[in-house]
Amino acid sequence: MKARVQVMLKAGVLDPQGEAIRHALGSLGFDGVEGVRQGKVIEIDLAGTDPEAAERQVTEMCEKLLANTVIESYKIDLS
Amino acid sequence: MKAAVIVFPGSNCDRDMAVALRSAGAEVEMVWHKDAGLPRGVDLVAVPGGFSFGDYLRCGAIAAQSPVCRAVIDHVNRGGYALGVCNGFQVLTETGLLPGALMRNAGIRFVCKTVPLVVTTAESDFTRGYAAGAELQIPVAHHDGNYFVDAAQLERLRGEDRIAFTYRDNPNGSTGDIAGVLSDNRRVLGMMPHPERAVDAGHGGTDGRGLFEGLVGALVAA
Repeated sequence: MKARVQVMLKAGVLDPQGEAIRHALGSLGFDGVEGVRQGKVIEIDLAGTDPEAAERQVTEMCEKLLANTVIESYKIDLS
Repeated sequence: MKAAVIVFPGSNCDRDMAVALRSAGAEVEMVWHKDAGLPRGVDLVAVPGGFSFGDYLRCGAIAAQSPVCRAVIDHVNRGGYALGVCNGFQVLTETGLLPGALMRNAGIRFVCKTVPLVVTTAESDFTRGYAAGAELQIPVAHHDGNYFVDAAQLERLRGEDRIAFTYRDNPNGSTGDIAGVLSDNRRVLGMMPHPERAVDAGHGGTDGRGLFEGLVGALVAA
């Protein structure tokens, strides 16, 4: 099974890269861009087939390594 | 006084750190990241600057999971001293030995210049070589030096006098202008500026010497 982990800066943490993208979009003439947040996506191939076990395992991966929970939040999608 | 300098793939300030510590009187041993233990009798572990593991995932995140970092955490938990500079500061926050996190500079750009730093407290073995309020000229060279702590943690750091250095002119957006921060037992210091790049007249300044001389002096006396 596959896990797709989305890591984003938490709400309230200023995202300098997202802000730079927002400015660049504005200078390209895209109007009405009120905010941009940049994050990352990590795709993981798992040998197991039990969704509950996978969720537990990937949550632990996020807490230990994939996200820095001081500044980042994460979301896990399994398929 | 014995110091260990950790070397990760991508460290590039490890030898400068060793030179700075030796010139202050420390006996220095280099330790490879795959080593599971530190040399016997180490008083101080220095985690140097660089781009450990190519800054993949997050700066310092992979290095923080290396075998030697387990040993560094044990060393600190036993009351040992640790100094993290630049990428070393990022590694120490990623291990949880220091609070907060280092984010991309607010101005997006890599900042490489000598900046004025204010010694915010002299009440630590790292800063005892300076007078509180003194202004130093120390180089910075980083892309991810924007120190983040939330408002409650900032209050706590201020209340506990744990902010070691602040920027006079904040170059990276750090919360509270923080350039260096101490652990609660004041034996771990993380800082983005590079004191080891200001210890020889040939560097263009020697304001970093006070840190190494003060620290080595305190540990020799202990």
